[in-house]
Amino acid sequence: MSTSLLEAKAISKKFGGIQALSEVSLSIQQGEIYGLIGPNGAGKTTFFNLLTGLYRADSGNFAFAGKPLPSGSAHQITQCGIARTFQNIRLFGQMSALENVMVGRHVRTAAGVLGAIFRTTATRQEEASIREQAERCLDYVGIAQHAHAQAKTLSYGDQRRLEIARALATEPKLLALDEPAAGMNRTETETLRSLIETIRQDGVTILLIEHDVKLVMGLCDRLAVLDYGCKICEDTPQIVQKNARVISAYLGENFAGSE
Amino acid sequence: MLLQFCTKHAQSKQGGIFIVLALALILAALPFVVGNTLGNAWLRILNFTLLYIMLALGLNIVVGFAGLLDLGYIAFYAVGAYCYALLSSPHFGLHLPIWLTIPSGALLAAFFGLLLGAPTLRLRGDYLAIVTLGFGEIVRIFLNNLNAPVNITNGPQGISGIDPLHFFGISLGKPINFLGLNVPSLHSYYYLFLALTALVVLLSVRLKRSRIGRAWMAIREDEVAAKSCGINTRNLKLLAFSMGASFGGIAGGLFAGFQGFVSPESFSLMESVMILCMVVLGGMGHIPGVILGGLLLSVLPEIFRQNAAPLQIAILGKVWLDPEALRMLLFGLSLILIMLYRPNGLWPTSAPSSAEQK
Repeated sequence: MSTSLLEAKAISKKFGGIQALSEVSLSIQQGEIYGLIGPNGAGKTTFFNLLTGLYRADSGNFAFAGKPLPSGSAHQITQCGIARTFQNIRLFGQMSALENVMVGRHVRTAAGVLGAIFRTTATRQEEASIREQAERCLDYVGIAQHAHAQAKTLSYGDQRRLEIARALATEPKLLALDEPAAGMNRTETETLRSLIETIRQDGVTILLIEHDVKLVMGLCDRLAVLDYGCKICEDTPQIVQKNARVISAYLGENFAGSE
Repeated sequence: MLLQFCTKHAQSKQGGIFIVLALALILAALPFVVGNTLGNAWLRILNFTLLYIMLALGLNIVVGFAGLLDLGYIAFYAVGAYCYALLSSPHFGLHLPIWLTIPSGALLAAFFGLLLGAPTLRLRGDYLAIVTLGFGEIVRIFLNNLNAPVNITNGPQGISGIDPLHFFGISLGKPINFLGLNVPSLHSYYYLFLALTALVVLLSVRLKRSRIGRAWMAIREDEVAAKSCGINTRNLKLLAFSMGASFGGIAGGLFAGFQGFVSPESFSLMESVMILCMVVLGGMGHIPGVILGGLLLSVLPEIFRQNAAPLQIAILGKVWLDPEALRMLLFGLSLILIMLYRPNGLWPTSAPSSAEQK
């Protein structure tokens, strides 16, 4: 549990006049569940987008499993073993749940145009294995019964789980979840929590953005707190909870230190 | 139980083969039936219908699969047509056979597809439509003006006297004696076009049900999510542009050989719009729907063209409305009605999408 999987070094990002992130450094250990919290607009999702290559950082860099991550190239980062879900669910709505997960296999498979046109033995075998693995992923998150339903027709909770299944299909070493429990009721959150724990037990490190404080405190090994683009605290949930800067960021100056 | 399932499955498979055989038989007999009842004019229309179906299927890859709105698709048809015309006409004195001209037309069109795709990678929707529209016009205007200082395209006069499609000493411009059967020129064109249309259908189906097709559809549905799933959206969009363009290039070459004459005015914006309508009305991304769209939009206007004036005279005593104006009027009306009542096209993909089936 002591080797570091992801090292973020002094990441900064500016949008026009707004400093969305300034010099954020953090390190995520292999096998842990690492939480990233902070008030709205603190820069959590920006951090995710930089990490997963949707944006390019102004300065700073990421090292993943000891190697530098290619910057600003989302598909290469997925190839390296980082998968993500989105705050506002982004599924391929017209496609079936199974197809959504099959798309996730894209990065680990190779069939090209010629293989598709001539439908070679290799392509057909690969296609069969894509399908089989996609089915397994759906089963893993517990929505195998909806495999053939159109993704946009699934219930909200199932859509969240489908997104996780699709991310898992890319065989990630690090799974980044952006507010997976948003809009879920208590039971759904509880199932999600045990799903996240199972994923961790199966050897995937997890980076979690979440507003549900109960979930974060119960689940995460360590937490980093962002406020106005700066990391103000990084520690275990018990210590973070008592940190004066964190309390003032969330509740205002008056509450800081009053415990 | 298992036995029951197996027999049922075999039946359905046999049923499928039966349908395919019946369809093949009908399509094979069609030119003789049409030629003997409706005449050669309709046989020509039939041949053009096949070309339009090819074009619609090509555009379907770009618009229907990858979701990239392309309003300049006719440019690739033009590139294929001019490529054939230059390689097989007295204009440059070259008379190459189709197994050289058609593939080179397809390759050149694919190259133009890359040329259009590369600068537009970051554009979507309306913005992409505007750039592609401009591209289509640029190609047409170039063809119109490339007669000076060096005469390449012969300008607005176009290139005439293009060789009929020919290979291995056989020319489709003349009747062919096939196993004692005299096959007229229009019929042999029909069979060649039919074979190539079947090939284009097969390619479309196979691409759709592959890893590549899935990636295209993922880009169509949500580009950001597709990137995060590890899809190289740049390469796959370029691939979609060039594959779609190459189908257009093939159809263009066939058109030039069949028509014997090409000029820039065949490749106007209206043609691009028409092909897009075939795709959209038929059912974007759904291959049978797109074929239906191509069929309807090439055959119905012709039926209308031939009957609008006589019908008006028969019913109203004189021609009140110019048939051409009436045709556009009805076309616009049917577009509006279809978009209101069948917004996904006449024959859309049934949910969930059929691409999932093996």
